[in-house]
Amino acid sequence: MLRFIAHRLLQAVPVLFIIIAVSFFMLRLAPGGPFTAEKAIPPEILRNLEAHYGLDKPLHVQFFTYLGKVVLHGDLGPSFKYSNRTVNEIIADKLPVSLELGGLALLVALVLGLTFGILAALRRNTFLDYLYSTVGMLGICVPTFVFGPLLVLLFAIQLGWVNASGWYTWQDRVLPALTLGFVFSAYIMRLTRAGMLEVLHQDYIRTARAKGASEVRIVLRHALRGGLLPVVAFLGPGTADLLTGSFVIETIFQVPGLGREFVNSAFNRDYTLVLGTVILFAVLIVACNLVVDLVQVWLNPKLKFE
Amino acid sequence: MNLAPAVPPPSLSASDPAQLESGHSLWGDAWHRLRQNRLAVAGGAALFVLTVLCTSGPWFLQASYQDQNLDLGATAPGAAHWLGTDTLGRDLLVRLLYGGRISLGVGLSATFVALTIGVSYGAIAGYVGGKTDILMMRLVDILYALPFTIFVILLMVFFGRNIILLFVAIGAVEWLTMARIVRGQILSLKKMEFIEAARSLGLSNRRIIFRHMIPNILGPIIVYTTLTIPSVMLLEAFLSFLGLGVQPPMSSWGTLIKDGAEKMEEFWWLLVFPGSVFSLTLLSLNFLGDGLRDALDVRGSKD
Repeated sequence: MLRFIAHRLLQAVPVLFIIIAVSFFMLRLAPGGPFTAEKAIPPEILRNLEAHYGLDKPLHVQFFTYLGKVVLHGDLGPSFKYSNRTVNEIIADKLPVSLELGGLALLVALVLGLTFGILAALRRNTFLDYLYSTVGMLGICVPTFVFGPLLVLLFAIQLGWVNASGWYTWQDRVLPALTLGFVFSAYIMRLTRAGMLEVLHQDYIRTARAKGASEVRIVLRHALRGGLLPVVAFLGPGTADLLTGSFVIETIFQVPGLGREFVNSAFNRDYTLVLGTVILFAVLIVACNLVVDLVQVWLNPKLKFE
Repeated sequence: MNLAPAVPPPSLSASDPAQLESGHSLWGDAWHRLRQNRLAVAGGAALFVLTVLCTSGPWFLQASYQDQNLDLGATAPGAAHWLGTDTLGRDLLVRLLYGGRISLGVGLSATFVALTIGVSYGAIAGYVGGKTDILMMRLVDILYALPFTIFVILLMVFFGRNIILLFVAIGAVEWLTMARIVRGQILSLKKMEFIEAARSLGLSNRRIIFRHMIPNILGPIIVYTTLTIPSVMLLEAFLSFLGLGVQPPMSSWGTLIKDGAEKMEEFWWLLVFPGSVFSLTLLSLNFLGDGLRDALDVRGSKD
């Protein structure tokens, strides 16, 4: 297993390198820069600024200097827009908010998705099954940027139960987490249903029944383990969607998280902040995929670590 | 893409061997199964109506999508403007129809880009095999791991927001799954006798791939194309919502939803109508795609 992890980590190196390189050169080749403003800056000051941030050196030198700092010291450099703040500080500031939102959303998604997926599979082809499946399809087809504002319209503006935006009290967290979680619960529900249906017909379930195990035990203990496989496989790439999905959620609900910061920094051409966020997202995605692979083998002993 | 009941389904009866053996039996069979699936039929019909409305509707309407009437301002749905007007006094129905042209257009063209790249790439990798295959599929694996939405956002921010770039960028993202599916299918076809026969006849590789193999895997290709369109449209709307897609005064469904979400506290219809039409379209495409998958008996393909 250690070899498997080491192998996968080695595989991640070229992926991360490509991500950093592509983002870096794309940012630099694009027209405009962080100091392009409505007010023209005097050329001497501009030159000093560029020298301060190392922008006057040749592009490849800049790239390898940056790469060296990131790899050796985990230093993502100073922000171009927020003077006197480093990218590391900004990320440390914003990341917990995004993680909290993502965690809550994942919780919503798993609770709703697994519960209704299992119920739909157990009551296959009944009215309940069709109902859950239709709602699930709606969850996949109604985009978060329609669903979120509709929830705001209903629960915040009409009923006044929760707040429409902000990130201070628990009331602020309800709608963003629900919106983001609902889409994922729909995917998880469909996958759980399909996975459970496949498993419920297998011999070992019949054996468990023959042994006289209770229905609850059969479902939760025996079937779910196999039925969860497709769900777990989805959670890897799903995390990437959860992260990018939070861009929209954070914009709609004015959540001061990393997603909104990323979009803003792209508009501001804050090179280092954009790069830092991209690298962080990439590392998170690689890490999630690794964890997912490990969990998959743990759930299904037939799979072996290659 | 619309399955209007223009072609009458061939009547199929198991007792008539001549008909079962005719070349169309597979497609006839699939068509028959598809028609049994009410959700898929409803989806197809809804799509057909929407497409016709969006393509031909604007010709019959007086107003253009940019006609403003500032004195009028935002009005609720009524007799004069069926779906109401926005804050600049523009008719929402007209804007919705024009927006549909853009959204459907981007959806179709970006899917076409994805389809072309994905099918050729997957077919070549699967057919050539060996080291080339390993190399090509390893590249796909690496690309899968990249956070593409992030790249598309960066691309749109830095290289201008033009619509051609938009669908090239989206198309370039969405071809990966298609390539995997096609490769898997080609791999299993490669060992069949009729391909061996074609090869022994001295046909060129190109001809074998495009004339003999691809027609045999049209089923999965059609199904995944139908399912790619909604995800492409979703990505376009997502970008438009962030202000990176279609630029005013043009409107796509994504930009209409964005405007609606900003003004929903006072003018609910600006959000509700575009949101419903967009969701309905995605729903129809997904139902149709699922129906096609069952009808053509395409199994979930993992590699």
